[in-house]
Amino acid sequence: MIRSHVLICGGTGCTSSGSKVLISTFEKEIEKNGLAEEVKVVQTGCFGLCALGPVVIIYPEGTFYSRVEEKDVAEIVSEHLLKGRPVDRLVYKDADEAVIEEAGKTLSLNDTNFYKTQKRVALRNCGLIDPENIDEYIAMDGYAALGKVLTEMKPEEVIQVVEDSGLRGRGGGGFPTGRKWRFTAANAADQKYVVCNADEGDPGAFMDRSVLEGDPHCLIEAMTICGYATGATEGYVYVRAEYPIAVARLQKAIDQAREYGLLGKNIFDSGFDFDLFIRLGAGAFVCGEETALMTSIEGNRGEPRPRPPYPAVKGLFGKPTTENNVETFANIPQIILKGADWFASMGTEKSKGTKVFALGGKIVNTGLVEIPMGTTLREVIYDIGGGIPNGKKFKAAQTGGPSGGCIPASLIDTKIDYDNLTAIGCMMGSGGLIVMDEDNCMVDIAKFFLDFTVDESCGKCAPCRIGTKRMMEILEKITEGNGTLEDIDKLEELAYYIKENSLCGLGQTAPNPVLATLKFFREEYIAHVVDKKCPAGVCKGLLNYTIDADKCKGCTLCARKCPVGAISGTVKNPHVIDTTKCIKCGACMDSCKFGAISKG
Amino acid sequence: MKSLAELAAIREKMKDKVVLREGTGEIRVVVGMATCGITAGARPVLNAFVEEVTKAGLGDKVTVSQTGCIGVCQFEPVVEIFEADKEKVTYVKMTAEKAAEVVEKHLKGGKVISEYTISNVIS
Repeated sequence: MIRSHVLICGGTGCTSSGSKVLISTFEKEIEKNGLAEEVKVVQTGCFGLCALGPVVIIYPEGTFYSRVEEKDVAEIVSEHLLKGRPVDRLVYKDADEAVIEEAGKTLSLNDTNFYKTQKRVALRNCGLIDPENIDEYIAMDGYAALGKVLTEMKPEEVIQVVEDSGLRGRGGGGFPTGRKWRFTAANAADQKYVVCNADEGDPGAFMDRSVLEGDPHCLIEAMTICGYATGATEGYVYVRAEYPIAVARLQKAIDQAREYGLLGKNIFDSGFDFDLFIRLGAGAFVCGEETALMTSIEGNRGEPRPRPPYPAVKGLFGKPTTENNVETFANIPQIILKGADWFASMGTEKSKGTKVFALGGKIVNTGLVEIPMGTTLREVIYDIGGGIPNGKKFKAAQTGGPSGGCIPASLIDTKIDYDNLTAIGCMMGSGGLIVMDEDNCMVDIAKFFLDFTVDESCGKCAPCRIGTKRMMEILEKITEGNGTLEDIDKLEELAYYIKENSLCGLGQTAPNPVLATLKFFREEYIAHVVDKKCPAGVCKGLLNYTIDADKCKGCTLCARKCPVGAISGTVKNPHVIDTTKCIKCGACMDSCKFGAISKG
Repeated sequence: MKSLAELAAIREKMKDKVVLREGTGEIRVVVGMATCGITAGARPVLNAFVEEVTKAGLGDKVTVSQTGCIGVCQFEPVVEIFEADKEKVTYVKMTAEKAAEVVEKHLKGGKVISEYTISNVIS
């Protein structure tokens, strides 16, 4: 009889920090201790706290072990699993003092600061079930929503529930999902399609990957429900080829669903047929745009096409198509089972439910979090994210990746939802949330994202292809110290022009990082062009390292470290940096024991 | 999959296997499993609890877990039962048979078997 489960994260993050070997080591040690009949090892999807991987959770206690190494396994098995004594030094303990006190050594996952304010809907099974076992998904009420829809509900009723729930597209646009489904349903055709956009390309975003890796059946169920509601019998999941684990698990899940008759002909004896196929993207960012994505599935070069006609009228292979993002679909089975009112009870007036964010950048708890809409940025960064490392000051958070904008520290109490973010000139985006501290230069950040879109522009329309390139050149000029105030005006004008005239979402949003940083951090741009200074000390072209003659003891260490011999001086006399030779690598500053070298 | 009944059958069969990940149930049965407990025979007791609780269909209500030394080694195997708003019950010198009885009478029936409790041996 199994009395304990050891859950080991098999997400991409933990896999790369070595969770695979843990699985076999646990199994070996459990066998050695004669516990094979009592303890089961399960590989799951992402738990969310990727920074602390590999992550292991032991149930029924729910003890959360972080950064587990192969050498720790024997101890966990003999102490915790055999003798019931959690290995204290490995237990993750970021929780309130009082909570730790009360829980003693059995501090569970849900007590930690990282998890306690989260609300898991889309990620509810991630880290809880074995994604490669359809039976575990079924045990968590999996496919019950599909059963209910096919046996008790008319397509129109399904759409009504989704519409009433207030669910909006989680890919970033925020279009009401129910309305999207209704458009497709209204168009009669001999063939319709459901498409899932899993071409997650924003730098730093991995929400969709985690759902695919941790709960692939949820997506299959939701897409089948969508097919029934809109009258489609075929579905395609367009997923990046760079997500090998996600692709493998989804394929396995599709095979299992077919075997169980949950995909295929006459599902639940209802007369409804539906089947699902995977298409791999070749790594072009533009294929995340819905029309480019469909062009790519059709076997052509991934380029967008003008809308209208919208996919609901003329989509994949010219047929009516519903396209939703992975996270949007992941909410559907829960909405069907628990009802529209349950879903609408979470969130704000116009943004219902929860949103998954991938936290990254200058933050303690890098990872995946799901919060109710309306949670403030402050709660996400300080309560869940654990704040900024090294005592640095929070400067801004970038949302929506290369299509998004930034939220400055002055607006940290903004309640996160679609409309609030739009109101401050930002956007929800797909869920990447990159935190920046005082050491980040906002001009440099804008340049980073623009560099990405310049690379990824498909080249079909001139505003995006040529315009982003010209913007990039202006930004380079500014960061190298050659910019003028006129350049800032030109940059802004060009940004608006590209926004208004580009063919697809990629170009229309590409200037956003520049516009948002100009709006909130204009003084930084001005410092670059007028004072020729980079206040954060990032842009090398504007940096000068100097040695404070009073503090310098003449130890010669910096002169020996300097790779280009730019520092001169004799022992016990203050040294000097020759700025014409200096390559601004910062090695001297790092080596100085007296804090005599400064940059600015 | 031709019917909801088939789906429900799989769900029921699997439910017991995943229920232990759902966090703490209303009632928590904690078995002392330190060296003293194991020597005195705590493992069969723990396994009996897991088995009987599942058999009795109490899986979603009762969480069986283990802990280290409870501190009264001469009375091992010791089992403590925690229930919200109720006083903790400590059973001592447990066996697999007594465990089955505790599941039946205490966990299912709500009646504490006082002759197995610690208050019966320390007076």
